[in-house]
Amino acid sequence: MTARAVTDATFDQEVINNDKTVLVDFWAEWCGPCRAVSPILDQIAHENSEKLDIVKLNVDENPALAAKYQITSIPAMKVFQKGEVVKTVIGAKPKPALEADLAAYLA
Amino acid sequence: MRQIIIIGSGPAGYTAAIYAARANLKPLLIASSVEAGGELMNTTDVENFPGFPEGIQGPELMTKMQEQAERFGTEVVYDDVTSLELTGPTKKVTLGDGSTHEALAVIFSTGSAYRKLGLSDEERLSGHGVSWCATCDGFFFKNKTIAVVGGGDSAMEEATFLTRFAEKVHVIHRKDTLRASKIMQDRAFANDKIEFVWNAEVAGITGADAVDGLRLRDTVTGDESTLDIGGLFVAIGNDPRTHLVHGQLDLTPEGTIAVAGRSSKTSQAGVFAAGDVVDPTYRQAVTAAASGTVAALDAEHYLTTLPKDLLAKASESELAAAN
Repeated sequence: MTARAVTDATFDQEVINNDKTVLVDFWAEWCGPCRAVSPILDQIAHENSEKLDIVKLNVDENPALAAKYQITSIPAMKVFQKGEVVKTVIGAKPKPALEADLAAYLA
Repeated sequence: MRQIIIIGSGPAGYTAAIYAARANLKPLLIASSVEAGGELMNTTDVENFPGFPEGIQGPELMTKMQEQAERFGTEVVYDDVTSLELTGPTKKVTLGDGSTHEALAVIFSTGSAYRKLGLSDEERLSGHGVSWCATCDGFFFKNKTIAVVGGGDSAMEEATFLTRFAEKVHVIHRKDTLRASKIMQDRAFANDKIEFVWNAEVAGITGADAVDGLRLRDTVTGDESTLDIGGLFVAIGNDPRTHLVHGQLDLTPEGTIAVAGRSSKTSQAGVFAAGDVVDPTYRQAVTAAASGTVAALDAEHYLTTLPKDLLAKASESELAAAN
């Protein structure tokens, strides 16, 4: 399962008003580490689809949200619960390290 | 069991793989999960790699090297090495997915990692204005005043690249001359968005939720001053990535892996090292690639000295894996 894309227009519906925990991957085409971590997030999404929604937000195409969440380094992965950011992970990491960072939302 | 495993996917690793694959050694190359392609993946224009008179983008160059290695039979795995056993005739390489791979020879080309300033606020504000990747993060500093720390080619490249976005880029360097190549210096000096702060080191980074300034210390007088900035890019050099081999391979006083003379032979028979992990001095894509060649040729020669039954075992399991 590939994490689906969200935009400025769909963010409220897909993330803020989502009953499930949602991880938003803020990324861009020109960011090498973002492209490297993307398939790992797809795997984590696939393996934890009951616990966690994983979506991707292209910062280049959706600058308003990138500004709102004060993104200055990507990849930036923010975990949302009930519309609030509860966890931020910055930078591409190997799968075991990402799983450890996100353990509270995967178990 | 394989004949050879190559660890690392920068110019050294892929060049070693091209040579080893063309020698029919069927190399397995462990590329890393999130840093495959190495440092050049975060570089824009590469203008000093021979054969590309118009320059080439770093990621494109690495993709081409990988394709060339794969064309001759290199198998690339996107995972990270978690542990190594390098003693004895059979080397064991364990990966993040828990699998263990055996080989008669190993080429270790893990490159280097960004050096940090070592300030407590650096970690706290990382991702909140402190960055190590200009190509990733420059976009977020449109019309801002920012700073780059460092005086080498990477610092000049980052500073010049960041002027596409930033209104002003201060380059902070602890000496009054640069280590960078002449062409990179000239380009930075000619850029009117770049301003140099000489003989200065970063003593502190300030900002509650995001970087808002720096405390600078004059390296000559010791005087402190402040500089208001919205972002800080750190480009103060790299340290060889050797943690996987500590206690197994000898290191030099500079912290690189010790090799015999101009060869790639480490203190452990059958283990060869190449690229930035052995080079405290030159650290270029071309020198890393050349050093990968040396390692592949040394490894190839080493394999010919091994007992025939060992080699037969490696070839058999490669055949089995291929079927």
